[in-house]
Amino acid sequence: MNKKILMTGNEAFAKGALDAGCRFYAGYPITPQNELPAYMALNMPEAGGVFIQAESEISAVNMVFGASAAGVRSMTSSSSPGISLKQEGISYLAGAELPSVIINVMRAGPGLGNIWPSQSDYFQATRSAGHGDSHCIVLAPSTVQESYDIMFLAFDLADKYRNPVMILGDGLLGQMMEPVLFTNHQLSVAAGGPATGDQKPETKLWALTGCKGRKRNIAKSFYLREGDLEKLNILLQKKYQEIQEKEERFEGVNLDNAELVLVGYGTMARIAKSAMQRLREENYNIGLIRPITLWPFPKKVFERYATGDKRLIFLAVEMSYGQMVDDVKLSLNGRFPVDFIGRSGGGVVSEEDIIAKVKGLLSTKKRNE
Amino acid sequence: MNKSFVRPKSLVDVSTHYCPGCGHGIAHRLVAEVVDELDIREKVIGVTPIGCAVVAYDYWDFDCSEAAHGRALAVATAIKRVRPENIVFTYQGDGDLAAIGTNETIHAANRGENLTVVFINNAIYGMTGGQMAPTTLLKQKTATTPLGREIKYHGYPLKISEMLAVLQGVKYIERVSLQSPQAVLNAKKALKHAFENQINNVGFSLVEILSPCPTYWGMSPRQAMDWVRDVMSKEFPVGRIK
Repeated sequence: MNKKILMTGNEAFAKGALDAGCRFYAGYPITPQNELPAYMALNMPEAGGVFIQAESEISAVNMVFGASAAGVRSMTSSSSPGISLKQEGISYLAGAELPSVIINVMRAGPGLGNIWPSQSDYFQATRSAGHGDSHCIVLAPSTVQESYDIMFLAFDLADKYRNPVMILGDGLLGQMMEPVLFTNHQLSVAAGGPATGDQKPETKLWALTGCKGRKRNIAKSFYLREGDLEKLNILLQKKYQEIQEKEERFEGVNLDNAELVLVGYGTMARIAKSAMQRLREENYNIGLIRPITLWPFPKKVFERYATGDKRLIFLAVEMSYGQMVDDVKLSLNGRFPVDFIGRSGGGVVSEEDIIAKVKGLLSTKKRNE
Repeated sequence: MNKSFVRPKSLVDVSTHYCPGCGHGIAHRLVAEVVDELDIREKVIGVTPIGCAVVAYDYWDFDCSEAAHGRALAVATAIKRVRPENIVFTYQGDGDLAAIGTNETIHAANRGENLTVVFINNAIYGMTGGQMAPTTLLKQKTATTPLGREIKYHGYPLKISEMLAVLQGVKYIERVSLQSPQAVLNAKKALKHAFENQINNVGFSLVEILSPCPTYWGMSPRQAMDWVRDVMSKEFPVGRIK
């Protein structure tokens, strides 16, 4: 179908999940992501799947644990305070290596905060899956179209690595309406798509289906005997390392010639992109790095700047008081100055804010040269 | 020669980690016998708790899922909904089902999920060292009620089975005990009924089993069995609740 449909980011997440083969969704009402479960409630039954409005955020994520253990593509969604409640369950998903997708349509905090958009859960999402040495793969779309498209990648990565995947959106992206083209994504083999070449139709041999004709399967993250948990953790670390090596994703603009590179993800990347375009019209030489995977953070793109004499400035833009900027600094390892502009609590950094900041940084640089 | 007492197929041939006189071994065996007798071993999926029975999946020879503390009925709900052809049950202690997991318990029951619940009530937290449970009796001494449970500070023993019985989604609740061979046979009958209900799509069925914990009750195994009969079942009367 080549017709574009006008929908919110939240609805695009839900539609993308259904088209990617998600057949179990459990959630709990929280603003600003309520359009997502409503879309699921309406459309999941038609897709032959299960929708449950759970009694709590905690119950919802543990329902995802059960459905995923039973071998079904499963998802939950929430917003910041709800994600905090889910974190124990997300850690269990990581420990039991259950593929699953968790969407966080971020709102401002701390505490109950408010329902305005924010990007202040970056640390929570990227540093670990919850308690213990664990990681979610974290993806950040920046348009409503990409919110639809990224769901295919999210479920494929979850299945490929048997790992929870978190989508980090924000209230602006979730609520914004844009036309979406339901692009004809080839469903992966894991999602029941056709096998080609040497691919084999994938079945989840580890799933709980009843032990007919095989040994029993157990879904668990508990290893009490001395040495057993350490063995699991070493295996998990190897997996995380493989993900870091293979799955970095980013969008880059004017990376080789820029004298100042903006770095931002999600909604802030769009605003940064508009600011970049206006600055380039005024002959400022600006580039942009938009991380699409936040974990693994796209470190390799920064390695191109590891050699050479060029003096560059990096400016991280966020709807927070500085979280992703730490990963930019770690990736550059002190080679270049990294500046930051951000607001959080309901405020959104504007194009004008970024333009003023960039001009200020570049004129200071010029004076010092 | 035919053996009249054999290990159920659903029970793995290993020794358990349970203390001498603990009721879990008996309850595990009853579940395994019922699964065998109903010929559902190849389609049953058990959901195990956090607590002493956390590794029940090491003892049952069929598919099992772990659940975070209190969340067994959320996990079981999802498994049953996506695999209605399987037989799904939870096995939970009093702390798991009636304290940290009360919300999941009440709502799975109220939704009328077609599940079987095996609820072990031993009036104490065993795994963590004998703390007060929601079902701890008045005056009972535990690690966190060193002078005995007092109404003024700790409230009353929670009768969650009676609470659940008022919910329209609940189809069968019975309280049984492991205090004697006769009681064990009755417990097995109740468990079988609860599994048959699921097979026949009747709906949410729960069997509460009064079970001894000699270690944290500070008793010999024999004294603990007698305490179930003489003291515990006065507070928690056995019989069909719904």
